[in-house]
Amino acid sequence: MARTTSRPLSPHLTIWKWGPHMAVSIIHRVTGNGLATVGALGLLWWLMAAAIGSDAYALFVKCATSPIGYLVMIGLSWFFFQHLCSGLRHFVLDIGAGYELKANKSWSIATFIVALLLTGFMWLYIFGKAL
Amino acid sequence: MGTGTGIGRVRGLGSAKQGAHHWLAQRYTAVGNLLLVLWLLFSLLSLPGLDYESVVNWIANPFVAVPMMLMLVSIFYHLRLGMQTMLEDYVHDKGLSFFSVLLLNFYAIGGAAAGIFAIAKIAFTGIVK
Repeated sequence: MARTTSRPLSPHLTIWKWGPHMAVSIIHRVTGNGLATVGALGLLWWLMAAAIGSDAYALFVKCATSPIGYLVMIGLSWFFFQHLCSGLRHFVLDIGAGYELKANKSWSIATFIVALLLTGFMWLYIFGKAL
Repeated sequence: MGTGTGIGRVRGLGSAKQGAHHWLAQRYTAVGNLLLVLWLLFSLLSLPGLDYESVVNWIANPFVAVPMMLMLVSIFYHLRLGMQTMLEDYVHDKGLSFFSVLLLNFYAIGGAAAGIFAIAKIAFTGIVK
């Protein structure tokens, strides 16, 4: 974007003191777009592999259960739970609640904690069942 | 910025009068995703196995195939709206912005169609030997 260098800029991201509410907002966008690309394509790969046949499905399982595959799946599940929690936070904000400084801060922090706990519990359950 | 004058809107600077629809559809599909993706997660976690035959036999059930198709519509509609907002915020060049939203529409509609086709094929043909 063109701008006149003689004029001052309005305050930008770099000069704000970072807070949980800013972090949860940008993470909502990052996780949403991650899920929209990697997550949605992974889901399509899984469905297409199952539709094509056992060989294609075996290839999918081989990739998904490789170390990188697990890393991607764990990452995506964390992205999903984080996007879910901050999405629920958005529903609360949409009805006009939770804008008080303290409440806003604590609910923002809560989305991170709950999302990490849900991700952790899910994978503990999966790996526990596999053992 | 155009503040709602006729020429402002012609130049794409005024209100498109579509914001509320975008906003509401984002929320409706968010609720759809919340219910349907959690259903998928819990179902996958409770399936006895995730091998080819178990998964195909599970998806072939109409009570699974139909919600799964609805889930794809909800997911791809939601991601189309969300990614559109991201592109509008970060792609400043007008032409590039138009082109990227065009590609996004192809991706969203094509992706949903591919997923629904895969589910239909599984439901109608079952296990492929």
